Amino acid sequence: MRFMLLFSRQGKLRLQKWYTATAERDKKKMVRDLMQIVLARKPKMCSFLEWRDLKIVYKRYASLYFCCAVEEQDNELITLEVIHRFVELLDKYFGSVCELDIIFNFEKAYFILDEFLMGGEIQDTSKKSVLKAIEQSDLLRIYFNKADA
Amino acid sequence: MPAVSKGDGMRGLAVFISDIRNCKSKEAEIKRINKELANIRSKFKGDKALDGYSKKKYVCKLLFIFLLGHDIDFGHMEAVNLLSSNKYTEKQIGYLFISVLVNSNSELIRLINNAIKNDLSSRNPTFMCLALHCIANVGSREMAEAFASEIPRILVAGDTMDSVKQSAALCLLRLYKTSPDLVLMGEWTSRVVHLLNDQHMGVVTAAISLITCLSQKNPDEFKTCVSLAVSRLSRIVSSASTDLQDYTYYFVPAPWLSCKLLRLLQCYPPPEDGAVKGRLVECLETILNKAQEPPKSKKVQHSNAKNAILFEAISLIIHYDSEPNLLVRACNQLGQFLQHRETNLRYLALESMCTLASSEFSHEAVKTHIETVINALKTERDVSVRQRAADLLYAMCDRSNAKQIVAEMLSYLETADYSIREEMVLKVAILAEKYAVDYSWYVDTILNLIRIAGDYVSEEVWYRVIQIVINRDDVQGYAAKTVFEALQAPACHENMVKVGGYILGEFGNLIAGDPRSSPLVQFNLLHSKFHLCSVPTRALLLSAYIKFINLFPETKTTIQEVLRCDSQIRNSDVELQQRAVEYLKLSSIASTDVLATVLEEMPPFPERESSILAKLKKKKGPGAVSVTELEDNKREGGELNGGADRGPDSAAMAAKNRPMSNFSTHCHSGKITNNR
Repeated sequence: MRFMLLFSRQGKLRLQKWYTATAERDKKKMVRDLMQIVLARKPKMCSFLEWRDLKIVYKRYASLYFCCAVEEQDNELITLEVIHRFVELLDKYFGSVCELDIIFNFEKAYFILDEFLMGGEIQDTSKKSVLKAIEQSDLLRIYFNKADA
Repeated sequence: MPAVSKGDGMRGLAVFISDIRNCKSKEAEIKRINKELANIRSKFKGDKALDGYSKKKYVCKLLFIFLLGHDIDFGHMEAVNLLSSNKYTEKQIGYLFISVLVNSNSELIRLINNAIKNDLSSRNPTFMCLALHCIANVGSREMAEAFASEIPRILVAGDTMDSVKQSAALCLLRLYKTSPDLVLMGEWTSRVVHLLNDQHMGVVTAAISLITCLSQKNPDEFKTCVSLAVSRLSRIVSSASTDLQDYTYYFVPAPWLSCKLLRLLQCYPPPEDGAVKGRLVECLETILNKAQEPPKSKKVQHSNAKNAILFEAISLIIHYDSEPNLLVRACNQLGQFLQHRETNLRYLALESMCTLASSEFSHEAVKTHIETVINALKTERDVSVRQRAADLLYAMCDRSNAKQIVAEMLSYLETADYSIREEMVLKVAILAEKYAVDYSWYVDTILNLIRIAGDYVSEEVWYRVIQIVINRDDVQGYAAKTVFEALQAPACHENMVKVGGYILGEFGNLIAGDPRSSPLVQFNLLHSKFHLCSVPTRALLLSAYIKFINLFPETKTTIQEVLRCDSQIRNSDVELQQRAVEYLKLSSIASTDVLATVLEEMPPFPERESSILAKLKKKKGPGAVSVTELEDNKREGGELNGGADRGPDSAAMAAKNRPMSNFSTHCHSGKITNNR
């Protein structure tokens, strides 16, 4: 995977994860470009499109668009399920996740994504494993916070 | 849905985010942000050292501001300081900051690398994972230099925990992608292959990604992975859905793992060992069979996962291109998907079939679906699906269906999206040339292209039609007539004028007998478009005029008058002026013999690689045009040279036809045909 973007229907970027080194200026341009294209698509259209030399796989969940850019030879359907898995993880963690959760806890969203994908590849596909790892970090957090106090 | 969850949220951060959201305007937002930035700056500079929690909070705020889209030019030092904290959350935020705001300051890099090194050797798996993550996220050259030899060791060490192994594998993958020269093969490679047999599926998943990438550059080093991959795949495919528990996704056993195994196998040719090959073929057949079974769940996730495996298996079958039975079955399966309810599946089926079309075993099978594909081209609402259908038509085109396909593509072109027109034009031009049995059809097609999508007809396309007309005696008259008729249209594209001007200049004599296309009529027709054209076109037309003087002496006075007028001989463009002046002079001083020699008909063009194909390749990338296509074109190029008398020493003939070098460069090569 080259990058993943989460943005709202109003074009507000909520999360951006880049898996290749890209200049800030280029990132901004790509994001603007892609958001425009995806937001213009109608509901019944297919979830894949070609953009520059990449394939874009996107899906809308409530008010958020989850958009991934993958390479030419990557499998589109499985990428759709990667997106779904990520949503499931967020859902489990936040308890019925919504856009506000991701706004106010953006750093946690990044942490969850990092447990799940690394360098653009899936680390572990077992939902249980990933959630366990996240919970462990939480426990560590709470433990250390208690130690703090 | 708690706004701040799990009891460790930073209240200050939440308040700040609320403030930003409540800002009514962009100005208000910027004002609030600047206020906060000033606050953070002063806190960082302050005399009393900040405690970990505050540092973490401020670094997080800076991160938020950055992600909103504003530039941040401080905070890196504080973030790096957080790395050396023993508190997990502080470390985590520190790493997040530096992964997102990558800084190339060498002092910072040194400090970051130190912190990472400490965490890597800490033997604390969570800290190790954080560090590995950071390396994978940033993947800079400096990090690669520092850690490329360390990571493989961690990966294959016996006492490394599973979670760390996973992270190490993917981290190494990232480093290899960005700095392959720094990751040296060693004795760790054989141990990495054996990770394919690991108990922990997560480790296997991560290892496969790594091996797939490594084996592309070092196939021999990793070729033992093939048999391991096949046995793993076979175990998954034949397992009941209850076996794999955690790794079963909506009743599909280990879909990600299956897809990755199938991808890995695409890096190698079919296994030589009979037993391994047999097991693999069985696997593939099972996968194809499962597609026909009723689904275990109505959820789209189930069908997506199942079909993801199916499509990957089909990719493998196409890659091997050696099992006719499997290829035909794959083609039939895709054929079913072509008419599926779900748009995604139709899209993917069209895409997959494109690759299938180039295999000799399945090419015929693919052709049977031509009506469905044409229908898709006409009726699909989604432009990306229509484009796939167009691509497939291009791929399945051969002698038997060329006329039909070109006609469909031309009518699609009339309403196609502007972004894809140039590519479509190139493709139609290539098909028309490659499969033309009757060259008048070819000429019609290209002229239609110019009429429908003139703006997108690049030079290569219209140069080509002229080359072909010049090289083939049998189509010259037809070309002249057709071009003449096309130019009658009140609004015709400039490219049409270029083609028309050139062809009439060379072959106008073939239709001059008919009073409707007498020389003067031809000249007036061309000249009526003159003032509407750009400079290069006008230059071409001037050359056509002097050729007319040679072909039709009765037009001499009329044309000379045109050349003589001020707008020509005093034209501000140097090229036009030069041509007008020289042609005028040539027409007045040269005897008819000399004129005839200088303006002799163009000799046939020698054969070269089609520049249109080269242009398409450049546009789409090397995968789009197979080498065999290019070879075919080279061989078929011989057909372009009409009869036997126009042989390969056209170069010699060309030399003979140019007694006066400077004049002839104007008339023959140079400006018009780009001196190839």
